[in-house]
Amino acid sequence: MALRTALYDWHVAHGGRMVDFAGWDMPVQYSTIIDEHSAVRTGAGLFDISHMGRLSFGGPDALALIQKVYTNDAAVMKEGQVRYGLICNERGGIRDDVLVYRCGWSGHRWLMVVNASNLAKIVDWIADSNGALNAPVYDQTIMTCMIAVQGPRAIELVAGLTEDDASKLAYYYSLPTRCFGQDCVISRTGYTGEDGVELIIDNTHGVKVWEELIRRGAKPCGLGARDTLRLEAAMPLYGHELSEEIDPFQAGLAWAVKLGKGDFRGKEALLRRQDDATLHRRVGLELKGKRIAREGALIKSAGRTVGVVSSGTHSPTFARPIAMGYVDPAFQMVGSSLAVDIRGNDEDAVVVAMPFYKRSRS
Amino acid sequence: MVPNNLRYAETHEWASVEGDVCTVGISKFAVEQLTDVVFVELAKLGKPFAAQAAFGQIESVKSVNDLYCPVAGEIVAKNDAVEKDPTLVSADPYGKGWMVKIKMASPADYDKLLTPEQYEKQIASQGH
Repeated sequence: MALRTALYDWHVAHGGRMVDFAGWDMPVQYSTIIDEHSAVRTGAGLFDISHMGRLSFGGPDALALIQKVYTNDAAVMKEGQVRYGLICNERGGIRDDVLVYRCGWSGHRWLMVVNASNLAKIVDWIADSNGALNAPVYDQTIMTCMIAVQGPRAIELVAGLTEDDASKLAYYYSLPTRCFGQDCVISRTGYTGEDGVELIIDNTHGVKVWEELIRRGAKPCGLGARDTLRLEAAMPLYGHELSEEIDPFQAGLAWAVKLGKGDFRGKEALLRRQDDATLHRRVGLELKGKRIAREGALIKSAGRTVGVVSSGTHSPTFARPIAMGYVDPAFQMVGSSLAVDIRGNDEDAVVVAMPFYKRSRS
Repeated sequence: MVPNNLRYAETHEWASVEGDVCTVGISKFAVEQLTDVVFVELAKLGKPFAAQAAFGQIESVKSVNDLYCPVAGEIVAKNDAVEKDPTLVSADPYGKGWMVKIKMASPADYDKLLTPEQYEKQIASQGH
């Protein structure tokens, strides 16, 4: 049977269309993807992201263990800081993309949020990397809820919800606080291209927090809108833009790789791959027509295949199709005119700068 | 509840007949499954089609699907408005969201389609 989050019954009772996602029964939408999408772009949307894996690291060697598997540099992170990075295999391919939190407020000094689809694989990889280190890892996924509030109104909407206010948090910082008397972690993070927060709290308080956020005006959104939002923000999704065969440089994530930080798994291969001009690069594509270029569609130039689409959708914000894909570096420049084979028809496409959507910062 | 004056294909098209001309669209259930329709493409007029042949495509944010002829015949009219504004299909699937009119090769095809009761049963088993 599929796993269920603490909000499962709520989703079903409120018209959530449930689908299997990485072994979890999750809502793909409640109303329509476009409605939910625009709620996040113009107000505030609410997401159950409890399926994301949450691993806490304790012991004196927690930092050493994270450094060994993580491409970014955790050692220079400040207390409360949250940082994006990759976990790579020995060939430099991406095993997962993760967020690392430096908590510093309890015995479990570090937290790592991983993709649901990769949780088991990453737990094994970390165990395999542990060696003689004293760094026990605790999987907190099934005991806790993770709720995202995203959108231009998200911060005002969570005001006073927690004892320490989220508005005091800088972007990509977190803090431990309490909500309805229950310990929780709140962070100014997200996966939509909007400002917002993510909150981790014990399962017992999931529905209470969720309903309170709805009462304050947040609209429940499913994984469908989460996908169109992250695509407009050109954020990669594991299994689409990222895989064991793709390295962070190809994916445009060089900023999340710190080759100077000391040894870590995959580093030798990454040193070799970083300047390899034969490897395909991630690009953003805008389609001229109305048809959506979907994952697996071939990208062509003058009739020759030069790449493949990794994700595509109809952009609700721009009302036209957008896609991401990997192309031969000769065609990665912004402005390159290409075509995408959509069900046998070559549709005009052009390489555009990423992200497609960038929020205006006040 | 599906309209009881129409017939249905297992692939979720509805059909209504007047003389030997059959008007075709897709059911509300199909629209709800697709949601967020962004693109509709219909075949050109005058083409003969076998029953179950694809007469067009409908694309939503989530997926792209073929549209199938519930009956054999020639397409004698198509709804240009839904190609221009695919949201008509979601807004009014049984009215302004109609797609094509087919001059039936064999009017008996229509009688082979699912009755409203049979179609209700099918979607009830697919619903959840």
